[in-house]
Amino acid sequence: MGKPDLLPGTLDMLILKTLARAPLHGYGIAQSIKRMSEDVLTVEEGSLYPALQRLLLQGWVKAEWKMTETNRRARFYTLTAEGRKQLGVEMSEFQQMIAAIGRVLAEQQ
Amino acid sequence: MNAISRSLGKLALIFRRKRFRSDLDEEMAFHRAQAEKDFMARGMSEEEARYAAKRQFGNATLLHELSQAQVGFSAEAVMQDIRFSLRQLRKNPGFAVTAILILALGIAASVAIYAFVDAALIKPLPYSDPSRLAVLYESIPLGAKFHLSYLDYLDWKRENKVFSAFDVYEQQSLNEKTSEGLRQVVGARVTSGFFRTLGVKPILGRDFYDGEENPSAQRTLLLSYGTWQNSYGGDRHVLGKTLELDDVSYTIVGILPRAFSFAPAEPAEFWMIENPAKGCEKNRGCHNLYGIARLKPGVSFASALADIKTIAQKLERQYPNSNRDQWAFLLPLDEVVVGDIRPILLVLLSGAGMLLLIAGINVASLLLVRSENRKREMAVRGALGASPRRLILQYATEGMLLAVIGCALGTVCAQECMHILARLIPKDMLASMPYLNGLGLNAHVVGFAVVLALLSGVLFAVLPLARMRFKDIREGLSEGGRGSAGVAWRRFGSNLVVLELATAMVLLVGAGLLGKSFYRLLHADIGLEPDHLATLQVSGSESNYNTDAKNIALARETVQQVRKLPGIVSVGLTSKLPIEDGDETSDFRIVGRPYHGEQNEVAFREVNADYLVTLKARLLAGRYFRDDEDKSKPGVVVINQTMARQYFGGMNAVGMQIRTGDKDPPMLIVGVISDLQEGQLDAAPRGAMYMPFNQHPMSQFALIVRSTQRVEDLLPSLEKSVHQVDPGLAIFDPQTMEQKIHDAPSTYLHRSSAWLVGGFAGIALLLGVVGLYGVIAYSVSQRTREIGVRMALGAARGSVYRLVLREAGALIAIGVAAGLAASIVGAMLMRKLLFGVAAWDVPTLAGVAMLLASSALLASYLPAHRAASVSPADALRTE
Repeated sequence: MGKPDLLPGTLDMLILKTLARAPLHGYGIAQSIKRMSEDVLTVEEGSLYPALQRLLLQGWVKAEWKMTETNRRARFYTLTAEGRKQLGVEMSEFQQMIAAIGRVLAEQQ
Repeated sequence: MNAISRSLGKLALIFRRKRFRSDLDEEMAFHRAQAEKDFMARGMSEEEARYAAKRQFGNATLLHELSQAQVGFSAEAVMQDIRFSLRQLRKNPGFAVTAILILALGIAASVAIYAFVDAALIKPLPYSDPSRLAVLYESIPLGAKFHLSYLDYLDWKRENKVFSAFDVYEQQSLNEKTSEGLRQVVGARVTSGFFRTLGVKPILGRDFYDGEENPSAQRTLLLSYGTWQNSYGGDRHVLGKTLELDDVSYTIVGILPRAFSFAPAEPAEFWMIENPAKGCEKNRGCHNLYGIARLKPGVSFASALADIKTIAQKLERQYPNSNRDQWAFLLPLDEVVVGDIRPILLVLLSGAGMLLLIAGINVASLLLVRSENRKREMAVRGALGASPRRLILQYATEGMLLAVIGCALGTVCAQECMHILARLIPKDMLASMPYLNGLGLNAHVVGFAVVLALLSGVLFAVLPLARMRFKDIREGLSEGGRGSAGVAWRRFGSNLVVLELATAMVLLVGAGLLGKSFYRLLHADIGLEPDHLATLQVSGSESNYNTDAKNIALARETVQQVRKLPGIVSVGLTSKLPIEDGDETSDFRIVGRPYHGEQNEVAFREVNADYLVTLKARLLAGRYFRDDEDKSKPGVVVINQTMARQYFGGMNAVGMQIRTGDKDPPMLIVGVISDLQEGQLDAAPRGAMYMPFNQHPMSQFALIVRSTQRVEDLLPSLEKSVHQVDPGLAIFDPQTMEQKIHDAPSTYLHRSSAWLVGGFAGIALLLGVVGLYGVIAYSVSQRTREIGVRMALGAARGSVYRLVLREAGALIAIGVAAGLAASIVGAMLMRKLLFGVAAWDVPTLAGVAMLLASSALLASYLPAHRAASVSPADALRTE
């Protein structure tokens, strides 16, 4: 059995949530999601960077070049105020969706 | 962030594309480096770690594209595609050059002919509401389009109920008095409301006022814009100046607009006010005018015609002497202006359209052949990660690029084509087609070219794709079955090629026959030697030259004056030059033979003693007349061979006597010459007689001068020396005999039709040959595997050649045979245009058939060669 695919549209939400804790670079975001989901969710790099571009364009994150501890240049993404608002919106929508699906799946007598 | 700042952001990124790219590169490099470190930490070696990281990362280029796609960098993809297509075209110069050339030819022909159609048929006439204008005629039993008389015009104008305005015009040739003498010009005479009827206003000065025809008023005229620029240098102070035309003084009162022209009267330099007191205008039976009228709103042409017909009938009853059998007729103005050439232009346009369509299909078939050969390349690219969408875009871009380049080249060539086509029209016809002055790449024509570019681009983009399905791209790696679509295309292609070859055959035979005709025409025996001959028309005014003695003196002095010029061999003089219309005929009867009223009509000319010598005519019997044979001596005449044969049989005509009428003095035939061609080059032989000018003098004649020097340079000095005899003489039409033959109407007709059909034939030949190549190449590409198997099983290269050439040969044979049959039929229809050549001229037919067959075989040699050089191992490897 292969790894489960990420539900469409949830990647943005996961990235925003990850950045809500602290600013990170791309690799760090991928690692964080993997760790937090206990290795269930692996973000493909092929999806990560386009998603980051999207979020940048929408103005929900902002990016700047900084030096890491190992003195390498990396691009760090930070959540903006609008991004925080958007995160709240998406999270509540997502939870509504989950609840609805749960109601359908629950055993009815 | 709202939408505006989002798009601004996108825009900003587009400008900093390079920065963006390098940023992304760096980011991804960092990501990869981190992943590598992680793998190494888990125990992999450095190299393994690097590979693992790369693999995990995936296709970096694809990532680039996807990231860029987010920001909408598709323009970048298009630029890439264009650059790639250009590179591909450069790598296949043969294909590129052929495809672009074919397309350019088709486009050039279509755009050029469309430019004519636009200038003649689509562009509106330079009047207000031109569709409401009609030209009016009086018709007689002989024909419908004859002149009006002035008095009839006044009655029509008063009685009609259908016209809001009605005027008349007449084109005239006049003599303008200039400082160098008299200059012959073309002018038009109109009534005062003429320009108001058309809705044209002078740009300078004034129009004629109502009633300016009044004979007691000063005569006035308007200048055409061209004359104002050329003869008066655009000088604004020209208003109020006078000039003298035909001994009448006119005052210039206005200048007409630049865009104005009136085709039925062009090329008119001056527009003069009508004079109702002149001779012809006072006589109801004298018809010299045409009418122009504007229909009242809501009135149809049919009802207007009915109305003027009733008026004409009324006049017939009122004035039975002058108006018997005089009825009325009218035509819409645009019918009169372009009615004759409309069908010709439409035929040419459809011909060019068909050629363009065939050219387009040819290029599409070439593209198809190429796409078949690149199936493998496409499959590999698909496997490497190119999306089907990108591949489609690739094909589409290539097709569009070809279309755009071909159309651009074609449009540029169209300009040249227009010049060539315009030169096919005889100069006098061109002068009466003023709407062709605006011929060129104007907005309409360029728009038409752009539409053609788009249509052909779509065709080329779509056609190869229609043949491919996306499964094929993946399966293309192994050349599986050929779909039924392939067979259908081949059959369509073969039929089309046969049609193309047959068409090319017909056009080539036509061109060959017309060309041969034209050659025969130019080398026909006209009875004289046209080289080194200069001609000039001379006309003395009737008032000054009204006696025989004065006319003879004029002729003698003119000849003497001209003889003084350097290099003159001899000077001839005639009432009418050869190679004209062969008219001026007269009856005659033979003295001593009973006359029963037969119509013995022959042409007659009054010539001086040196005329026949100047022409280098051939004397068959007897002698020429002498200069001293004037009215004091008995009448003499020289006749031509046809007249001698027709009326005197085998007998020697010299010594017989003829007379033109019972009351006329007899003339002794003193000589017989070989026929001179008095009519057009292709006119049938006709009897003609030549009488001494001194026995029948007149005040108008033509000079014909033989010189040892270049006659083109002689013309100006010829004019000057005639002016010295009498500055009041009207002198016009200086041309060399060779120019005259070159510009003659029948020469033009033969030359133009030969060139036009030849042009179409050349294009058709090229299209047919390329079409054949396309079909054969396509079939070879489909049969690569079969050929490989054959060769692997031991077939010699020669047999592969034979295989391919047999297929080509079959198509060529059918095409040529069908073409032969069709061209004989076509030549029969074209019989009237042929001169000295039979419709079934075997050398022409055979020559054309061989030309077509050999060029077609040559074209099929290329794919045959390619087929034979297939290495069986390669062909079979694709299994």
